[in-house]
Amino acid sequence: MQQLEVKDITLRFGGVTAVKGVGFNVEQGTIHAIIGPNGAGKTSMLNCISGVYRPQEGRIVLNGQDITPLSPYSRTGLGLARTFQNIALFKGMTVLDNLLIGRHTHQKTGLIAGGLYYGSGQKEEVVHREYVEDIIDFLEIESIRKKTVGTLAYGLQKRVELARALALEPKILLLDEPMAGMNAEEKEDMARFVIDINEDRGTTIVMIEHDMGVVMDISNRVVVLNFGQKIADGTPDEVQRDRHVQKAYLGQEE
Amino acid sequence: MSDGLDTFPKLLVRNAHEFGAKPALREKEFGIWQALSWQQYHDKVRDFSLGLVSLGFAPGDKVAIIGNNRPEWVCAELAAQAAGGASVGIYQDSNLTEVAYVIDHCDAKFVVAEDQEQVDKILDMIDKLPKLKNVIYSEPRGMRKYDHPSLISFDVVAEKGRALHQAEPGRWEKNIAMGKGADTAIICYTSGTTGFPKGALLTFDNLMVMAKSVNAVDAKFASDEFVSFLPLAWIGEQMVSLTNSLLVGFTINFPEDPSTVMEDIREIGPHTMFAPPRVWENMSSTVQVKIMDTTPFKRMMYKWAMPIGYKVADFKFKKQPIPFGVSLLHKLSYWALFRPLKDRLGLTNLRTCSTGGAALGPDVFRFFHALGVPLKQIYGQTEISGISCIHYDGDVQFHTVGKPIPGTEVKISPDGEILSRSASIMPGYFKNDEATKQTIRDGWLHSGDAGYMTDDGHLVVIDRIKDVMRLADGTQFSPQFIENRLKFSPYIKEAVVIGNDRPRLTAMICIDMGIVGKWAENQKISYTTYTDLAAKEPVYGLLEKEVEKVNEALPQAAKLRRFVLLYKELDADDEELTRTRKVRRGFVEDRYKDVIDALYSDQKQVPIDTTIKFQDGKTARFQTTLFLRDLT
Repeated sequence: MQQLEVKDITLRFGGVTAVKGVGFNVEQGTIHAIIGPNGAGKTSMLNCISGVYRPQEGRIVLNGQDITPLSPYSRTGLGLARTFQNIALFKGMTVLDNLLIGRHTHQKTGLIAGGLYYGSGQKEEVVHREYVEDIIDFLEIESIRKKTVGTLAYGLQKRVELARALALEPKILLLDEPMAGMNAEEKEDMARFVIDINEDRGTTIVMIEHDMGVVMDISNRVVVLNFGQKIADGTPDEVQRDRHVQKAYLGQEE
Repeated sequence: MSDGLDTFPKLLVRNAHEFGAKPALREKEFGIWQALSWQQYHDKVRDFSLGLVSLGFAPGDKVAIIGNNRPEWVCAELAAQAAGGASVGIYQDSNLTEVAYVIDHCDAKFVVAEDQEQVDKILDMIDKLPKLKNVIYSEPRGMRKYDHPSLISFDVVAEKGRALHQAEPGRWEKNIAMGKGADTAIICYTSGTTGFPKGALLTFDNLMVMAKSVNAVDAKFASDEFVSFLPLAWIGEQMVSLTNSLLVGFTINFPEDPSTVMEDIREIGPHTMFAPPRVWENMSSTVQVKIMDTTPFKRMMYKWAMPIGYKVADFKFKKQPIPFGVSLLHKLSYWALFRPLKDRLGLTNLRTCSTGGAALGPDVFRFFHALGVPLKQIYGQTEISGISCIHYDGDVQFHTVGKPIPGTEVKISPDGEILSRSASIMPGYFKNDEATKQTIRDGWLHSGDAGYMTDDGHLVVIDRIKDVMRLADGTQFSPQFIENRLKFSPYIKEAVVIGNDRPRLTAMICIDMGIVGKWAENQKISYTTYTDLAAKEPVYGLLEKEVEKVNEALPQAAKLRRFVLLYKELDADDEELTRTRKVRRGFVEDRYKDVIDALYSDQKQVPIDTTIKFQDGKTARFQTTLFLRDLT
């Protein structure tokens, strides 16, 4: 079943066309990678899906529902969550608080009941804390639970960001370069987490990643962008053999 | 055992009756300490044990266990023992070959592996493990797609056990009644520095005699809390988390994750603790660093109270009465500093704690005693169920490992080897009679360690016997032992002790540029380079005091008689140290031959004319004069 359909998206900033007529389908329960050279429009594409940018043309369809006109937060309510290339966490807050904020869309208590805390607010917080603790266990970040995010190492912050995205209980998870700037060991850990999220929680994953080894290893399908256009779409094997892809990555032989 | 409680499973049944709902195990999961009462512990073991039986486990079979410290680990061990078998712990960080070797050598029929990581190791080698029937895993995460026929989950095994318990209600009691004290309880594989590890067979009797003897001089109570964070495959952790907990009935707490141990200790506030030197060293240096960053008021309190703590500790070490004034100040500083500081470290409730496995620096020892944490040293081998010597209450000496525990005899062989004898000595190594005969001769366990007894009956461990050297007159000494003690001084970075086949002991010492430099600045001594600093008369004076401190603890015949401060630090780039920073003795003795010859002559100083190699490959001629310092 097509969980996410991206139909002929075109995104322009003034005279610059960042994405031009790109379309692809994401099947439920798969790991879908978007790759391409710098400036190919990968992050713009992801921003269109998550609702940060509104494309001039084309439609984004989630589970048969056209979500193109929806705001980012309404998309979140429909089960779409994302992480950012440059970490976007609340640096002055603890890991736990950051994750609990991720539960915001699922919280029902209003300002007054929540502010009073005792009663329904407390009851609800216990439920959400339990959910968050499950994620903490899943991503093995027990030891930093109460640490302030700003004091953590980069690789750990990335992991916390992933945890916060998971706290949204997403059906589709958008990851913008989850392994950028990590060492080999951290990358391996992160790749394992991505696979585990996909297999154990059944979450569909759309991921931008530069590390080809990781991409070819763990994705089911790969879309290749170059200068805002889709140049290939297929299994990792197919994409690797594609002439256009080789040209985009390795340059053209005269 | 007169009370008939001669096996662990029998003790478990007794505790379930006696303590019932009191927590036996606690595990932190999802941020909350989840307790398992003695009754639940008992039931969990029963289900798993009968589950093993229904999978074909027969008396005499072995279960290998690999994973982090978790309730499933100890339950699997007791389950194997209740079914008439034995358990074999494997260190969780072992590599493929080590894991496969132990599983195969001990004839394990089942392996209980914690998670995907451990299961992967075993499945990778499964073709070489024909005796293995099932791999049982307790953490299903990441194993959704695993379909190896030998894989089965911990819960499924327990489910089978419950079914068998329904079908044959008396089976559990019958199985337990079969066990005897002389049965093998565990096989502990010791990490051999050479060749493959050897598996020491230990019986229930061995282990229980040991626990009772230690408890006689270091009491434990049913109300105690203990945090279990060292590998359960290791005899020390077995002794506390299994034997002693079952015997006394205290609570074992398993940390949330290996990385959260220190916080978990603080939350639990254990009454008894055992940790290797690095844990204590870490705690003490963390405190000292954090004090530098704290508010001026707190720093002032620290500076005021610590000397009082040290003073009281020193009175206690010397077994002198504490003067009334000091005692009063000490009470004040307890409320001002020691109590809150201990609370921070999670040591508030600590009544007894020990370190073992390697030497702990006297500074760290004094630090904890100053805080009022009664740290003790222990010594022993796996082959004697863990412990042969311990510091008795009120009789702590830094350089010793204490006195033999009740029921244990310790003596020194004519070759200087430490021998011990007690009811806790293992019957032998598993399938290795050759090694058994070498290790246990006439009932004495040969440790392979060199040591001596002090006049007041304390044992001092020097080194592994093969690393011990002799002076020309035959006196033994361990260069490494002396070097380590020299390096306990903050001013000494590196030291080389010389004396093999020579008339007396001497040392070449490298100062720690940073710390000695700081000291020199405070003393208003100006210096330019390392070489210059190391040749200053006051620096020699400072180091002489440090060396004399070490000499105090050395026997008369093996004291350092002379030392020299080298003009450069020993460096791995110059091949003087290995990459793990061990001195390459032969190379160094050859390279500094002139200096060493001078140490054994009448000269008071020695001219140096040598070439120095810089990191970029350039060389330069280097001339200086080194002074030699005699010690009385």
